[in-house]
Amino acid sequence: MRIALKELVRRPGRFVTATVILTLIAVLLMFLGGLLDGLIRNSTGAVEAQDADALVFSDTSQASFLRSRIEPETRTTIETELGVETGGLGVVLLGARVPGNGPRDLANVAVWGYELAPSGVPAPPAPGEAWADEVLEADGVAVGDELLVGPARIPITVVGWVENTSYNGQAGLWTDVDTWRTVLTANRPDAALDPGVFQSLVIRRGDRDLGGVSVPDAVESLFDGEVVALTVREAIEEIPGVTEQRGTFNQILGVTVVIALVVIALFFALLTVERTALYGVLKAIGARSRTIFAGLVAQAVVVTLAASAVAGIAVVVLDLVIPPGSIPLSISATRIVTSVVLLLVAAVIGCAFSLRRVLKVDPASALGSSQ
Amino acid sequence: MTVSSSSPATPALHMAGVRKVYRVGDEEVVALDHADLTVATDEIVALVGPSGSGKTTLCSIAGGILSATAGSVVVGGEEISDYSDRQLTTFRQNQVGFVFQTVNLVPFLTARENLLVVDEMGRREGKPARARADRLLDELGLADRSQNLPGQLSGGQKQRVAIGRALMNEPGLVLFDEPTSALDTELGGHVMELIRSEMKARGTSAIVVTHDERITEYCDRTVRITDGVLEA
Repeated sequence: MRIALKELVRRPGRFVTATVILTLIAVLLMFLGGLLDGLIRNSTGAVEAQDADALVFSDTSQASFLRSRIEPETRTTIETELGVETGGLGVVLLGARVPGNGPRDLANVAVWGYELAPSGVPAPPAPGEAWADEVLEADGVAVGDELLVGPARIPITVVGWVENTSYNGQAGLWTDVDTWRTVLTANRPDAALDPGVFQSLVIRRGDRDLGGVSVPDAVESLFDGEVVALTVREAIEEIPGVTEQRGTFNQILGVTVVIALVVIALFFALLTVERTALYGVLKAIGARSRTIFAGLVAQAVVVTLAASAVAGIAVVVLDLVIPPGSIPLSISATRIVTSVVLLLVAAVIGCAFSLRRVLKVDPASALGSSQ
Repeated sequence: MTVSSSSPATPALHMAGVRKVYRVGDEEVVALDHADLTVATDEIVALVGPSGSGKTTLCSIAGGILSATAGSVVVGGEEISDYSDRQLTTFRQNQVGFVFQTVNLVPFLTARENLLVVDEMGRREGKPARARADRLLDELGLADRSQNLPGQLSGGQKQRVAIGRALMNEPGLVLFDEPTSALDTELGGHVMELIRSEMKARGTSAIVVTHDERITEYCDRTVRITDGVLEA
């Protein structure tokens, strides 16, 4: 294996082509993965941010905030019977006029009313104010701006930024429940809710012992099918389009990994053919096939790691350079590490195609050679 | 100076009734036919024959690269006739040395590293192997060339590195396959003198495969082979 690594160091030129191609593939893999994460985050960020053991919806809503109605009596029953903390939650999707922008140049916003602060979001602001998702910066919004929300032009003043809280591709505007109710009633009178009624409830168990029963099960057991309680993860999967987006992108990512595998397989197959004479000599002096193959794998792993490192740096730089909100790109350490692991697996499997050729090299070819 | 581990009474190589038959389609081709050959300790044997006479086959069987179809092969007292591929690999790591026709050094390794390849592929002794490589290079007059790549060495120097590589595992038998075919007459003579002196100094036996009659004068004995049959 040391011989293989020395070849990499002393003859880097012969690995440049494979490294460059793999770097491009790694960039593609990480970039596509980042786009997937960004798209999913844009659709689900607000739900994912919920610091909740369960989210409660009405049974016929199919876990849609806009269709769901939770009556005050339901909330009281949950609090009384389970002793857990609950918070009302609701959203309305609208367009907002931004100071300085044209009347048709609306920013897409999801106005949330909340009682229990999600992760990364401060406590509810004063009435008429909102914490805004930073993607609104791409629409020219600044802290202190007064947005006019919806056809009713309800004024909401941005008092600070939060991250990763978009919903259905619309930037989160986090308000107190009264402001949200005002916006909802004024702009969507058909969906207006009476005081005390929310679209969903956030449930936090805290230190309560529910006897080993999960919070969603405990909540649902209190009712005769009138409510659906979901974990945050389950609620995310219920958002329309999430599963489809993930499936489509994962197929594209899978094809990209297969392309990486083919590139590695072809490159090392050619390298093996080129080295047949050398491998014959090494086998004649006592090298085992597994030792030679381990060298090939070591070279493939190093080339893949080098390509991944360059690609990782490239996508991180891209992520920093691209302004928030312009394209839904989300580069995370998890995504980069996952991509590297996939490429390493592809590298090892790709090398395996050369194993048969390595096994077939006859040490007798070293003797009587006329080359 | 390193000396072969086999006792003086044990021949370095004893082949008895060795046959090697290849199957080509429905036909059988006899490459080696009932070969009997004994190489004593410290003896250098020239194996002379025209192309296709079976000398490389004999050499390959003696070195554990090929298995004989029939007959007995004993190297340094070790019967290898029935060895599996795995056992033959271990045997080659420890018991024999090879010098190939085209030298075949690893092009991206220095002279010293080319010697250490043998250790890395086999015994993995580490420090003692490095000391042995340095000593061999010194004895072969290559101490100042130990860090040179093969491309920076002359033909004769490459051949000396190849000899050093063959001696790295302290073998009782070294097999030379046309060691001078790529060299001019003068350099070929120098190389053969070097081979003789190095083998004799170590008490190591050698078989030198050649079709060049001039090589035989550097050997203790000449064995001729024609159409797979050894002549006395």
